[in-house]
Order: sequence, then structure tokens, then C-alpha cells
Amino acid sequence: MTILEVPTPHDITEPALAGTTETMVLNMGPHHPSTHGVLRLVLELDGEIVISAAPDVGFLHTGIEKNMESKTYQKALVMTDRMDYLAPLSNNLCYALAVEKLMQVEIPERVQVIRVLLVELQRISSHLVWLGTHALDLAAMSVFLYAMREREQILDIFELVSGARMMTSYIRIGGLAYDITADFLPTVDALVEVMPSRIDEYEDLLTGNPIWLERTVGVGAIDGTSAVAYGLTGANLRATGVPYDVRKAQPYSGYETYEFQVPIGKNGDIYDRYRVRMAEMRQSVLICRQAVERLRAIGPGPYVTPDRKVAPPPKSEITHSMESLIHHFKLWTEGFKPPVGDAYVSIESPRGSLGCYVVSDGGPKPWRVHFRSPSLINLQGLHHMAKGRLVADLVALIASLDPVLGEVDR
Amino acid sequence: MDNQTIRDRLQAQFPQAILAVSERFGDLSVTLRREDLLAVVTWLRDHPEVPYDFLEHLSGVDYLGRTPRFEVVIHLMSLRYLHRICLKVTAPEDDPHVPSLTPLYPTANYQERETWDLLGIVFDGHPSLQRILMPDDWIGHPQRKDHPLGEEEVAFTFNQERIYAQKPFAKE
Repeated sequence: MTILEVPTPHDITEPALAGTTETMVLNMGPHHPSTHGVLRLVLELDGEIVISAAPDVGFLHTGIEKNMESKTYQKALVMTDRMDYLAPLSNNLCYALAVEKLMQVEIPERVQVIRVLLVELQRISSHLVWLGTHALDLAAMSVFLYAMREREQILDIFELVSGARMMTSYIRIGGLAYDITADFLPTVDALVEVMPSRIDEYEDLLTGNPIWLERTVGVGAIDGTSAVAYGLTGANLRATGVPYDVRKAQPYSGYETYEFQVPIGKNGDIYDRYRVRMAEMRQSVLICRQAVERLRAIGPGPYVTPDRKVAPPPKSEITHSMESLIHHFKLWTEGFKPPVGDAYVSIESPRGSLGCYVVSDGGPKPWRVHFRSPSLINLQGLHHMAKGRLVADLVALIASLDPVLGEVDR
Repeated sequence: MDNQTIRDRLQAQFPQAILAVSERFGDLSVTLRREDLLAVVTWLRDHPEVPYDFLEHLSGVDYLGRTPRFEVVIHLMSLRYLHRICLKVTAPEDDPHVPSLTPLYPTANYQERETWDLLGIVFDGHPSLQRILMPDDWIGHPQRKDHPLGEEEVAFTFNQERIYAQKPFAKE
């Protein structure tokens, strides 16, 4: 078995500064358009061949986990939006599920269906940004414009329900922030209706495109065993043929009741990751269809848990019920107190298996919150995939791993 | 694969290593003796029937005021049986050392570096235990509970001399 190493920037710069190497050291980033944020790579090059690639992260570290420790559980949720800013609803859901597990809150079925619907829309929108920027990195300009067109449509849906396009904070502990509006379902219908044909459009532009194939097939391949050892998750792992998807492996929010497939690849190269993500978008559309049907069948209903110790009462109740006023006051001044203990939850975010570990000391603020950020862990495989390839392939490789630096650094 | 089977097997194999076992919300969590961590994890990873081949999550918690103060939390996953097990190891304040799992699972590399950087728990045997999120010259470990949240005073004309005098960059 080959040794799976993850070099650090110092491993490359120190021998170079000491003058003991014959190779060239190149600094790529943190301000580089193809690093998708502030990722710095230290490259050791022999001509144009990459010998070693060491990611240097931390430029966007904002201490989100530390900050969450000084806020009550509900207020800390707002911080989670800022981690993976391409999929804020997935982050909201992960944190909310962890706290709900700690408190053993029952979530009404209608809320779960809305959550699944929104998170799947989020997956499509996040994959659209990946697709657009990935293609842009390989000089296919038009795909980006098409992808942004559909992403706008999805962001409009988020704006419709939450009032915000990106930092939604819509999925709250115990349910949702507000109820969905009357024109929510028709708007989702319109998107779900056009989406399959739009995905066909992107595939027409790329899937058989000789330049695209030249740049992606066989580039940056990794085998399944190494991918598991490096801890890759999400489409990066499934492209190697390992069918691990948290939605199937450990279903949450009622995913076990939806019919969908987990697309997998074979070679684990950039092209397979592309195919897997494209197929995932189609599956997400299917899930959205089922969720919309269910939501129609359920009709109007609660949007938070009836447990007033966790979720605030509706505004209309506060004006004429003393208990509701007390609950509201207690929740927003003191917060709720989960029992002492810890809980770990993982969900399938667009980037991979996003985990949240929450520790409660019995007080109204979390003692410790830690996120297993798939972007950070996926980056560990970069050296293995880039070794022996050209610098130009590295650009395609970073895009295909789909890291979001906000989540890498937290 | 259910929790009880794994629990019985672990207890039969390592009776002395296991300090506590708990099952909450259906999750199996085992607290181990620090010196036995590597043996238990190797056994779990190479188990012929239920190999825990995927290290999903590794992190630490600072229980300030409790002895031992630090706890390292590891979530292992078996991709074949889709079963997750949580392992916990504690380390005292004056000796915050825990054996590194990076030789067994390369994915632990960044997660251990992050835990060291933010909590100051040293992972013995890690190939390159360097800071990852904080700058290399940072002093302290910011996610320790006794590390203040901190703030930076904003420099105006009336106080900039006093503030700049304490900042290394402003002296040149």
C-alpha cells in the first residue's frame, strides 16, 4: 500500500529556502481566480509537472465555532449560514438537527417535507455554481451564464420564503422561521418543470465536448480505497464508485421515504465527478417533485414544533395569550436549555458529509460546537490527485473538488 | 450491525481499556484509556467482519473546570454496515497528549492539526503537527475556554499613537 501523505506548505518551502532542491516552488493564491476563494497552494514544480501540492488554508478563519459558544442556541444558528455560503440551508439543517437530537424534539411531517424540498433546491443551486465556475475555469464561458440563470430562479424562491437570497437562516431549531407563502408551490413548480430540460442544455454543451473531455477524462483520478482513507465524501467519493450517501446511509428528515438513486462513477477522475454531480441534480429534481406533491396533499399546517419550550409561538397568539407571551419572552431573553450531553449528526450537504457535534453543559449556550467540514477534508486528497499532472490540470482539479473556503476555514 | 454486538465484542477484546460505555439517542459511545487508543482503533479498523474503514470526524472539547480537562472525540464509520461508533479519550491539562490516528487514517491529518491549533491538544506521532487555521506565529489556542473572545481597539486620531505603539507593524 502506498503511503498517503498530506504535505504542509512548510514541507515544500523549507527545503527550497535551504537550497537543497532542484525544483521550483510556486505560490498559487490566495488571490487567484481559480482557487474559488482564498485558498493558497504551495506547489513544487519540475517544469510544468506538479511534484507536490500543499494547500494552505485559514485565510478566512473567522472563529465561527468560538463565537457560537457565546450565543444562545437560536442565535448561534445565524452563524452557520456564513460557513458554506453556497449552501446556507444545508448548514442550518445540520445544526438544527444536532440540537434537536440533543433535545429530542419531534418535528411535524409538513416541516420535514419543506426542509427536504429546500435543501434539495439548495443542492441544485450549489451544483449550478460549481458547474458554472468549473466550466469557466476551463474557458467554457457560456455554461456559467446559463447556470446563473437557473440559480437566480432558485435564489428567488429562497427570497420568497425567507426574505433573504443567501443568508437565509430559514431552517430553525424546532422547525422553520416562518410559514411558506401562498405562491411558494407554484414558483417551485415552475422551476421543477424547466429544470430537466435546462440540465440537458448544460450537458449538450459539455458532456460530449472534445475540449471538455480532453481536460477532464483521466485527470486527477483517485481510487476508492484511497478516497475513503483520505476521508473524501460527497460527489468526490461517489465518483470513485463508493456509493456512500448520508441520505441513504443514515436517513434524516424522512429521506428514507423518498424515491431517488445515488449516482456513482467508476474512475474517480474529474469527468466522473462532473457526471455524478449532473446526475445528482436530476435526482434532486425528482425529490423536489415528490416533496411538492406531499406538500399539496398535506395542505396548510404547522411550520414549527408545537413544543413552546423550543420554538416561539406565532405572533397572533402573543397578543391574547399570557402563556405565549411568557414563552416568547423566555425564549428570546434566556433561551432553552438542552440536557447535559453531546450529539453528533451528519447530513449530505452539496459538498459531502457535513457533520455537527454539539456539546451541552445544561445551559442556554452551547458548550462546544464543531463542524466536520467536508470542503476541508476533501482538500487533503488534492496532493494525491495532482501529483504528476500539469499545473493547468490543477485548476480543473480544484474546481472539481468544489471547496467553499468559508466552510474550510470557518 | 447493532450497538450491543459491537459493545460486547469490544468489552471481550479490551476489558481493561474501556472506562465507560453509553448509548444515547441510539449512538454508541465508548470512553477509552488513552494508552489503549491505538490498539482499539487498529483492531476496529482491521476487524474482519465489521471494519471501521472511515474516520468520519475527529475533534476535541475543552471541559474547563473538570479533570481531566480535555476530551478528544472520534467518530468511526463502517461503510459496509453503515454503523457509527464514537470513541472518546481524555487528557489532563498538564499533559495534553493523545496518540495520533494519522498513521492509521490519513484523513485524521487536517482534523488533528485543527484540534491542536484551536485547542492545544498534542497528537503524538503526527507527521507534521503545525497550525492550520491560525497564523503560524499565533500565541495560544483560541478555542480553549480560558482564551478570551478578544477585541481590537479601533484607532482614531486621538488614540492612534497609544494603539500603534503596541502594534508590531506600526513601528517601522
